[in-house]
Amino acid sequence: MAISSSKNGGGFDPKRRRALKEIAASCVGAVAITTFLAGLGSLSRPLPAATLRPPGALGEREFQSACVRCGLCVRDCPYKTLRLAEAGDGPAIGTPYFLAREVPCEMCDDIPCVKACPTGALDHALVDIDKARMGQAILTGRETCLNMQGLRCDVCYRVCPLIDKAITLQVTHNARTSRHAIFEPVVHADACTGCGKCEKACVLDETAIRVVPLALARGAHDIHYRRGWIEKNKAGKELVPGIVDLPDRMPAPPTLSTIPKVPQ
Amino acid sequence: MTGNRNPGADARAQHGLWRASFWLIMRRVVQLSFFLLFASGPWLVIWIAKGTLASSMTLGVLPLTDPLIVAQSLAARHVPETLALIGAAIVLGAYLLIGGRVYCSWVCPINPVTDLAAWLRRRLDIGKGWVMKKQTRYWVLGAVLAASAITGTIAFELVNPITTLYRNLLFGLSWGLSLVAMIFLFDLFVARDGWCGHICPVGTFYGLINTHGLLRVSARGRARCDDCMDCYGVCPEMHVISPALKGKDDQSPIISSRDCTACGRCIDVCPERVFAFTHRFDERVDLQAPPAENELQNVA
Ligand code: SF4
Ligand code: SF4
Ligand code: SF4
Ligand code: SF4
Ligand code: SF4
Repeated sequence: MAISSSKNGGGFDPKRRRALKEIAASCVGAVAITTFLAGLGSLSRPLPAATLRPPGALGEREFQSACVRCGLCVRDCPYKTLRLAEAGDGPAIGTPYFLAREVPCEMCDDIPCVKACPTGALDHALVDIDKARMGQAILTGRETCLNMQGLRCDVCYRVCPLIDKAITLQVTHNARTSRHAIFEPVVHADACTGCGKCEKACVLDETAIRVVPLALARGAHDIHYRRGWIEKNKAGKELVPGIVDLPDRMPAPPTLSTIPKVPQ
Repeated sequence: MTGNRNPGADARAQHGLWRASFWLIMRRVVQLSFFLLFASGPWLVIWIAKGTLASSMTLGVLPLTDPLIVAQSLAARHVPETLALIGAAIVLGAYLLIGGRVYCSWVCPINPVTDLAAWLRRRLDIGKGWVMKKQTRYWVLGAVLAASAITGTIAFELVNPITTLYRNLLFGLSWGLSLVAMIFLFDLFVARDGWCGHICPVGTFYGLINTHGLLRVSARGRARCDDCMDCYGVCPEMHVISPALKGKDDQSPIISSRDCTACGRCIDVCPERVFAFTHRFDERVDLQAPPAENELQNVA
């Protein structure tokens, strides 16, 4: 020991060695705890399709850094729309969410849930509830929706707080009867708040219209894909002048295999 | 080594159950009152404090937020709204003034759980168990902040038994109860005062601001101490006692360690009534021991 201990007084002092060992062990422990918590944290990240965040909620990633799971938003929701997640509900434990089919958001004018949120997990910049984007409605049951079968249910359309903006009825020819029209409920992403009133109201046992979180609902235009007619408008002229305009091709007559079978 | 299985028995015999349990009862009353301020809303529709210990709003005017949670949120790179920041500042200020770990003994709902485990552990004579390093808790606190920074989440809230227990009782959920049971079993079978004394980052955080608080326990009657060791038997942080109790005359009788939770159990169980609640600057010591029997015997 005496030989190996260096002249400057440092070296292999057993006390120091023990202290170093302890620090090393503590480091390992701290890293283990960090990894454990980090693992749990990432487990709770994706938001399942049926669960929606309250109005004004930050993006799912930022939401996890902001929401302290206090439930003040839940307490101040007059319609008992919001609830805190239990383990296994999907959203991170203790965070607020709602199920549109059970209790949709009534889109309160004064947005009490956002006002109650102390942390800004529900963004206080949201003052006009029509600007909320809790999710987006999609007619997932195009084949079961009564309107799509030529009936006039219209319930989802009628209950929408933004009727004729967020949801419209698009009239097309009813090929089955060839005499009537089909009034298809069409949701418009630029206006739909994702309140879920349509999903709640659908008269079918299994709803034909569902609100899903934005990240799942929305596509995006590929930036490399230029749509000629838009580019032309922007430029105010032909992009490639003097291009030969070929005659438009009419649809070919259907082959036998593609003729739809009309149910009797 | 067999520990003292029933510290406080002498105090009960000499001073009665009430005086030997006074501060314990007071603490349970205060802990329960804090909980009822929250529970009166969902249970009786009388809204006093809304939310949980993570963040709350009392009577619509007083916002309170757990400062460690705000610290984790900041580490996760989110700057909370002013309301949460004000709430955290109020809590921080209050505990800086009274003493940080007063939270542990007088507010935290886990304290009755770990107290029960400690009591049972003494009764069953389980001994010290796994002795953790005293710096473990600081590493845990560091790890919690690191995990928040790395994942961008408020990491400890995923497993925080304190807020989880409140949330479960107030919002009718059930997941937290298994966490509480784990802590109870850990404290009972694995390590004496394991959770609150060596791991809990909330307690550690409040310990860090427990350096200037006014509410303190003083061993002012230390001259009377007859080394029965009952105070060491009940103290959840027993290393804090010696400097005050065994201090020389020129040393302060105040238990000044930041680990002391100001639970007052030492006051209760001491048959010689050595300890008392007082403020940080009260340096008085009882000059003379009362003429105790053993002294008379010594003379004789
Ligand atoms: S806007 Fe109203 S109904 Fe919708 S979640 Fe907030 S408080 Fe509840
Ligand atoms: S009020 Fe805000 S911080 Fe509290 S649970 Fe709701 S979203 Fe989270
Ligand atoms: S979710 Fe349905 S009801 Fe609500 S705004 Fe969108 S389309 Fe309308
Ligand atoms: S309520 Fe349901 S069935 Fe009726 S139109 Fe809407 S989606 Fe179709
Ligand atoms: S150490 Fe933690 S769990 Fe224990 S009483 Fe203090 S805050 Fe509560």
